[in-house]
Amino acid sequence: MFCNQNFIDEQVNVIMKIKKEASAGTATKNDALITISPRDGEGIEVELKSIVKVQFGDQLIAAAKGMAQEMGVTSALIKIEDKGALDYVIRARVEAAVLRAQGGADE
Amino acid sequence: MKGKLVASIEEAIRLCGLKDGMTVSFHHHLRDGDQVLPMVMAKIEELGFHDITVSASSIHGSHGCLADMIKSKVVTGIDTNFIHKCVGTTISEGYLETPAIFRTHGNRPHALATGEAHIDIAFIAASAADCQGNMNGVDGPSAFGPMGYAFADAQFADKVVVITDYLVDYPLTPISIDERYVDYVVKVDSIGDTSGIASGITTISKDPIGLKIAKTAVQVFENSGYFEDGFVYQTGGGRTSLATTKFLKEAMDRRGVHGACILGGINGLFIDLLEQGYFNKIVDTQCFDLKAVESLKNDVRHQEIACGHYADMCAKSCVAAHLTTVMLGATEIDTEFNVNIHTDSNGLIMGGSGGHTDIAYGAKLTVIVTPLLRQRRAAVLDRVGTKSTMGDTIDVLVTQRGIAVNPKHQGLRERLLDAGLPVKDIHELRKMARDLTGEPKPVAFTDKVVAKVYGYDGKLNDVIYQSKG
Repeated sequence: MFCNQNFIDEQVNVIMKIKKEASAGTATKNDALITISPRDGEGIEVELKSIVKVQFGDQLIAAAKGMAQEMGVTSALIKIEDKGALDYVIRARVEAAVLRAQGGADE
Repeated sequence: MKGKLVASIEEAIRLCGLKDGMTVSFHHHLRDGDQVLPMVMAKIEELGFHDITVSASSIHGSHGCLADMIKSKVVTGIDTNFIHKCVGTTISEGYLETPAIFRTHGNRPHALATGEAHIDIAFIAASAADCQGNMNGVDGPSAFGPMGYAFADAQFADKVVVITDYLVDYPLTPISIDERYVDYVVKVDSIGDTSGIASGITTISKDPIGLKIAKTAVQVFENSGYFEDGFVYQTGGGRTSLATTKFLKEAMDRRGVHGACILGGINGLFIDLLEQGYFNKIVDTQCFDLKAVESLKNDVRHQEIACGHYADMCAKSCVAAHLTTVMLGATEIDTEFNVNIHTDSNGLIMGGSGGHTDIAYGAKLTVIVTPLLRQRRAAVLDRVGTKSTMGDTIDVLVTQRGIAVNPKHQGLRERLLDAGLPVKDIHELRKMARDLTGEPKPVAFTDKVVAKVYGYDGKLNDVIYQSKG
């Protein structure tokens, strides 16, 4: 598996294309289900459903977007179904979803 | 013998002379399985009454019908000790005509006795009754245990209607509440689903964080200086509170300590402790499962008591005032140890004191058990959403990341430190939680008061404002 920090650091200046829909995580307590899919045009759009949307919505969106951008994603739709995950969980789930969307990590 | 039997709930309502603006009452011993409140309220709605105040010892998940009745102004007042979110949300949204009144389990009977609260007609579900209205909760197909919360309603309501699905020949034995108070008896097909009694709160936690907290909480008790023969014990109904029972038993074995009494809120775990000789007695206002119901029926060491006897802190004495220690949950706790169990992180009503506030005051050692956060919601905050139980009645907070001792107990703090327990300042726990969750955006409210929260002493602890949604 190439899901490690070195991979991300090396790829940081490379555009990471979302080739297919992929998801990671679970819609259970303290976790989030992240689904990433290709999107027409540039930019990362985030759709958030969260039990703590009022209090932490902005932070959740920033965590997901930030992780995708760090990995070189420039165009994607990220759907988050959040059940109270902390930022590091969101980031890990986004990372896994992005890698799965390459068509390699899981296959 | 016909006695006080009438043909239907409708006839009882008519004979009692229900009018718009009156207060009707219910108890919650059938918890999420209760069908009596929905049955009676549906009839009241059907008969075209309006402006009714519902006085209920607790409003549970089976009482969702009240939300619509609040919106249609059939119900314009609520006087209770706990409100499930299925009705609480509607109240938080501002639909209830007058602010909901939250009392404590112990103070409700006191308020009824002094006339501060008044009931026009009490509808009392009984699992068994005779035609004169003698009743109990231990016989019949819908047995639910003690009738603790209904004693005050029977005593102080102007009219009392007993609703049962199990009518026996006069006289019923044993009798919990007797015929002197009863005006009418109605036989219905079913008063409820007893499987709802245990709804969600009586299984031991398998969650490793909950177990760690429970174990630490018992270590706190063990090393507090209060752990000695003759202690009186109670836990709240939350999973972590209940899990303390398992570790308490181990501590009692280890130190050879024997308990006098368990107070409750009783479930099967406590019955085991009684039967295995760890405690001498159980004193019970409310059963949380059917094993407890069986024990109350068959074991003379297991005593039913009225709710006022349980926890009325304004009485000459009450059992909760003799508590040695109590393990209680919290939705939120702040750095002054105030506890919120009324509102969620969005400020919506989803609970209430029940007996929490009374027993926190009554016990020598009140321990709050809660994880540091739940689903990104910090449990330890600078300020709680609602002050349900005041911080000066809380002694120790136990989380999975450490313990905090109320600064007024320096001696206790030293003893716990000497025992090697992870004592920290509550501000440190608060910071840990904040560092993990990030800074939450505040929830918005209007300036309309939707509920008033009264304490064990009948004094106003806090108010709850309408949610901006």
